[in-house]
Amino acid sequence: MKHFRSIGLALAATFAVSQAGAEELTGTLKNIKDTGAITLGFRDSSIPFSYLDDNQKPVGFAMDICYKIVDAVKKELKLDKLEVKLNPVTSATRIPLMANGTIDLECGSTTNNTERQKQVAFTNTHFLTASRYVFKKSSGLKSIDDLKGKTVVSTAGTTNIKQLTEANVEKKLGANIIPAKDHAEAFLMVETDRAVAFVMDDILLASLVAGSKTPSDYVISKDAFSKPEPYGIMLRKDDAPFKKVVDAATAALYTSGEGQKIYDKWFMSKIPPKGLNLNTPISDQLKHEFAKPSDSPIPDDYK
Amino acid sequence: MNYHWNWGIFFEPNPMGTGTYLDLLLSGLVVTLKTAVLAWIIALIFGSIVGVMRTLPSKAASWFGFCWVEFFRNMPLLVQLFLWFFVLPELLPKAAGLWLKQLPNAPFWTAAIGIGFFMSARVAVQLQAGISSLPRGQKMAATALGLTTVQGYRYVLLPMAFRIILPPLTSEFLNTIKNTAVAITIGLIELTGEARSMQEFSFQVFEAFTAATILYLLVNAVVVTAMRYLERYVAIPGYITGK
Repeated sequence: MKHFRSIGLALAATFAVSQAGAEELTGTLKNIKDTGAITLGFRDSSIPFSYLDDNQKPVGFAMDICYKIVDAVKKELKLDKLEVKLNPVTSATRIPLMANGTIDLECGSTTNNTERQKQVAFTNTHFLTASRYVFKKSSGLKSIDDLKGKTVVSTAGTTNIKQLTEANVEKKLGANIIPAKDHAEAFLMVETDRAVAFVMDDILLASLVAGSKTPSDYVISKDAFSKPEPYGIMLRKDDAPFKKVVDAATAALYTSGEGQKIYDKWFMSKIPPKGLNLNTPISDQLKHEFAKPSDSPIPDDYK
Repeated sequence: MNYHWNWGIFFEPNPMGTGTYLDLLLSGLVVTLKTAVLAWIIALIFGSIVGVMRTLPSKAASWFGFCWVEFFRNMPLLVQLFLWFFVLPELLPKAAGLWLKQLPNAPFWTAAIGIGFFMSARVAVQLQAGISSLPRGQKMAATALGLTTVQGYRYVLLPMAFRIILPPLTSEFLNTIKNTAVAITIGLIELTGEARSMQEFSFQVFEAFTAATILYLLVNAVVVTAMRYLERYVAIPGYITGK
C-alpha cells in the first residue's frame, strides 16, 4: 500500500493534471471544489505580514504568499474560477476559526513551534525572527546585561516573554518583567517610560518603530534572546492532500526567486498605507531557507 | 470540527517554568481574587459615603454625591481604566507622572482602585434607594429621640437600609469579580489573562477558556453561598427584611 502510494505521488508529479481528477478528493480540497471558494484568515495589524491598507483591504507579505497558494489550488483543482473569501482573525480566534472550517489558510505572523503542531499544521517557513528588544536611544543601553534591575515589558502569552523570563533567571538580571496585553500597549510602555525595553520578535519591533512618532529615537538591540524562530502559513492538521498542494506552491515560490521579490516589496520599499519603509534586508538564514524550503518548527534547523 | 481536544493539557508543564498550565490559571485566579476583594472594599467604603451624602439634607453634599455617581457610572469601565492608567500620568507634572508609571504593580493598583470607584457609584445608588425606601417616620423618630444626624444614620437608618439592600449587593459583588477581567486591557494578567496566555502557548483555546469559566463559576458560587449565610445571620425578625 505504501509503495503504491509513493508510485502515486511520483505519478502525481509527472501527470499532476490527470491525477487530480482521478483521485477522490478529501478534506479542504474537496470543500474548496464543492463550494468554489477558499477562505483566507488575515490579521488587521500584523505589519507587514498581514494588515489593512487605507481601503480596509488586507495586504501584506503573507497575503501575497497566500494568493500564490490560491493560484496553485485553483490549478490543482482545474477550476476556472475560485472565489477568495477574506475573514479577519486575531490571535484568540485563529484556532477556533481554523478548527471549525471557517478559514482554510491563516496568513499572518504565526510562529511555528512543536507545541502548536499538536493542534495545527504549517507550510514552509516564510520568515525567521529572533527575540530582541527595543529601547530609547537616550536610555543608553548596550547589552542584555544592561537590563539589570530595570523594568522590561513583553507581550503576555508570547514565546518572547518566556525567553525573557528564562534569561532573567539565568543571567541573574533581577529585571522587573511586566506583561502587556498586546504589542501596541507594550510599545506604548516604552514610549511613555513605563519600561526601559520591550522584548519582541525583531521584525515586529522594526514595524512598531517605523510607525512611531519619532522613529529615530529608538534602537533595536544587537543582542538576541533566542535563535531565529520560523513563521508559517497555518492550515488544518491531518489534511495531507491539501498540505501537499500548499507545500508545493510555497516551495516553488521560494526557490524560484519570486519569494525574494515579494520579500523586497514588503521589507525593502515603501509600503501602504503610510509609505513606511522597514529597511530590513533578507537575513542569511531566510535566504538559505528560501533555497531549501522547510516546515520544521525547530529553530536549530535553520542555519 | 477539526479540533484536537486535550484535557490533559492542564497537567503539562507550562513554558514559563512555573509548574503546570493549571498552576498558570490558578495564579491568575489569585490575582483576580485579590483585585476583586480590594475593589469591593473600596466600592463599599466610597459607595456608603456617597450613598449617604445623596440622602443628606445638605444641598452641597447631595450635589457632590450626584456628580460622583454620574461621573463613575456613565463611562464604560474599559474607558475608565484606560484613562487612569495611560492618560492620568501624562496630565500630572512630569516627576509625579513618572513615579506613578514606575510604581511596582501599577496595573494591579490601577485596576483595584478603578474598578472600586466604578462599583462605588453602583453601591451608592443601591444604598440611596435603600435609605429612601425606609418610612420617613424613621428619620423623624431618630431626631425625636435626640439623636444627631450622624447617630440617626448610624443607629437607625443604615442598619435597616443595609439589610434591605443586601441581596442586590450580592450581585454587585459578583459584578466586581467579573469586571476584573477588564483589567487585562491595562496589562493585569489575571484569570482571563492567563487563559489567553495558555491559549497562545499551547493553542488549546477551548480547554483554557472552559477552565476559566469553571473557576469563575466556582468563585461566584462561594460568594453567593456566603452572602446567603450573611443575609440569614443579620436578619432580624419583624423587620421588613426579616421573616
